[in-house]
Amino acid sequence: MTSTGLTIGGLETAYDQLATAIDAVGEDKSELFLVKLALLAAQQLGDEAVFGDLIQRAQKDL
Amino acid sequence: MHQPATEPRRSIYYDYQVHQPWLASKNVAQPRHQVVIAGGGPVGMTAALELARHGVPCVLLESELQVSEGSRAIVFTRRSMEILQQVGVADRVTQHGLPWRFGNSFYRGQRVFRMEAPHDDNDRFWPMINLQQQYLEEFLVDACEAHPLIELRWGNRVTGLAQHADHAVVEVDTPEGSYTLQTEWLVASDGARSGIRTLLDLKLEGASYEGRFVIADIRIDLPLPTERLAFFDPEWNPRNTVLMHREPLNIWRVDYQLPEGETPEQALEPESLKARINAQLELIGHGGKPWEMDWCSVYSARTLTLPDYRAGRTLFIGDAAHLLPIFGVRGANTGFQDAQALGWRLGLICSGQAPESLLASYSHERVGAAWEIIDEAGKSTRFMTPPSRGFRLLRDAVLSLSLTEAFVRPLYHWRTSRPHEYTRSSLNSAGDDNALFQSGPAHGAPPANVRLGADDFLLDHLGGGFDLLVFGATVPVDVQATVQAWKDKGLKLRVLLIAQVIGQGASAQGADTVLPDTEGRVRARWGVKTDGASYLLRPDQHVCARWMTLDAHRLNAALKQATTGVAP
Repeated sequence: MTSTGLTIGGLETAYDQLATAIDAVGEDKSELFLVKLALLAAQQLGDEAVFGDLIQRAQKDL
Repeated sequence: MHQPATEPRRSIYYDYQVHQPWLASKNVAQPRHQVVIAGGGPVGMTAALELARHGVPCVLLESELQVSEGSRAIVFTRRSMEILQQVGVADRVTQHGLPWRFGNSFYRGQRVFRMEAPHDDNDRFWPMINLQQQYLEEFLVDACEAHPLIELRWGNRVTGLAQHADHAVVEVDTPEGSYTLQTEWLVASDGARSGIRTLLDLKLEGASYEGRFVIADIRIDLPLPTERLAFFDPEWNPRNTVLMHREPLNIWRVDYQLPEGETPEQALEPESLKARINAQLELIGHGGKPWEMDWCSVYSARTLTLPDYRAGRTLFIGDAAHLLPIFGVRGANTGFQDAQALGWRLGLICSGQAPESLLASYSHERVGAAWEIIDEAGKSTRFMTPPSRGFRLLRDAVLSLSLTEAFVRPLYHWRTSRPHEYTRSSLNSAGDDNALFQSGPAHGAPPANVRLGADDFLLDHLGGGFDLLVFGATVPVDVQATVQAWKDKGLKLRVLLIAQVIGQGASAQGADTVLPDTEGRVRARWGVKTDGASYLLRPDQHVCARWMTLDAHRLNAALKQATTGVAP
């Protein structure tokens, strides 16, 4: 992947946005919300192999 | 002693006819038969008719005295209709059935996906046609009883089986007690709970899903077209799926998933059925309309197959060989392809045209088809009835996204039954020009139909034996000689000359049929660019060889391979 990722500022913004959204949708809907978000991100990424790699990285150290 | 029901089954639209049981005491002593088919459902009867076309007689055993209870299989695909055309009942199905090609999926009152199955002007049959199974069975019974080579025995149930090197001994129970039958081959088409599979202690492989569906047929007058309707997570049945199909005679099939933890007995209680069907009618805007129940049952999705469809002298077809989910109409529609694939091979073997080893390719092709279907159907089944928390979360996320995000909507489209392409079949010619063609049906593929004129299609002229399609003005002389040599050996082989120009320069010599292709429609659909090209089709119409330029030597090699499974 050629993307250089987010700046520190950008990452902080994403961090706050996601936390706020999880609180806003409530406990019983947050899981569904996160799965929808993951599918939208996968579609935007346009690469199921890269997405599979992200799934593996997210599964570490839970 | 076997005592099948002698009262006609109850139905509000179908008039059941009870047949007389076949009794050994009223018939002469039994010789050894070539083929006995156990199970007179749609698949067993199609196998009997297919075999009879090859001149091989059979005894067809049916344990009941009447056709199936309830509508059961109601959707038949184009390929099934092409197979039923071969055995002579497609016209009656067309006459009584309801053709369709659109499907609609709904979520939260919004249509989130519309399936449009392609319908080419070159096809005689629609992508799907709906007809209750009783009618199809009735048409097949009429065809079997009219055929001098088929002996249909009602009320005969297989209860025992002993296999020997070159024959099987079958114990058959009847209303007057049992008798034994000797047969060179036993075809097991005795359905999902196959008694023969149990007698031979054969195990199915694959997966079962927990989701259960109620299947109910009601009579109601709804002003809706023949299209499939699917409702996801409806308010009256949260988290579950409801399907509706129109059948002939104002009958509607309503399928709905049982809420978790509910038993089939609870689900089939009349009050429960009534409340749920009323809720569904309310959902589609027809609440309060009067309706009447005809038949109901409970179904669960399974994706299972035997690993080998030959066990000694016994050959499995249809649900006896595999259990496939109804999503995508894969039960009967897969079975017809089994019946056709087995019919011609057994026909050739029994008439001395092929060695027994040809049956290995039957099992290989059809077990391969079943696994391919299981893989595809598994995806649909996981969407319709998510088997775990993870699959449910993803399914629910897709439902939610589909209201605003178009990219997920194709996930609603469950793949429907389609003919298997026997790409790696041992019957495909090793030395032909398959790879040189840029289009047209390839090795192992089913044929492509072409409209030739009013009520005249290419497939009307194919099947029942090997077909050699020769594109051009003449059939080469050396090819004519090779064809004649095979015909002299007793092989059913026909030459169809596909002629672009009729008249000047064209000669029908060596052709059994000349089909004019003045507009080049056959050439276009079969990927043929020059004269001299040719296709060889097996008796089930699948392609086993194709050449840019046909010659006698390679035709001979292809016919040897297609009748033995071994390259010469």
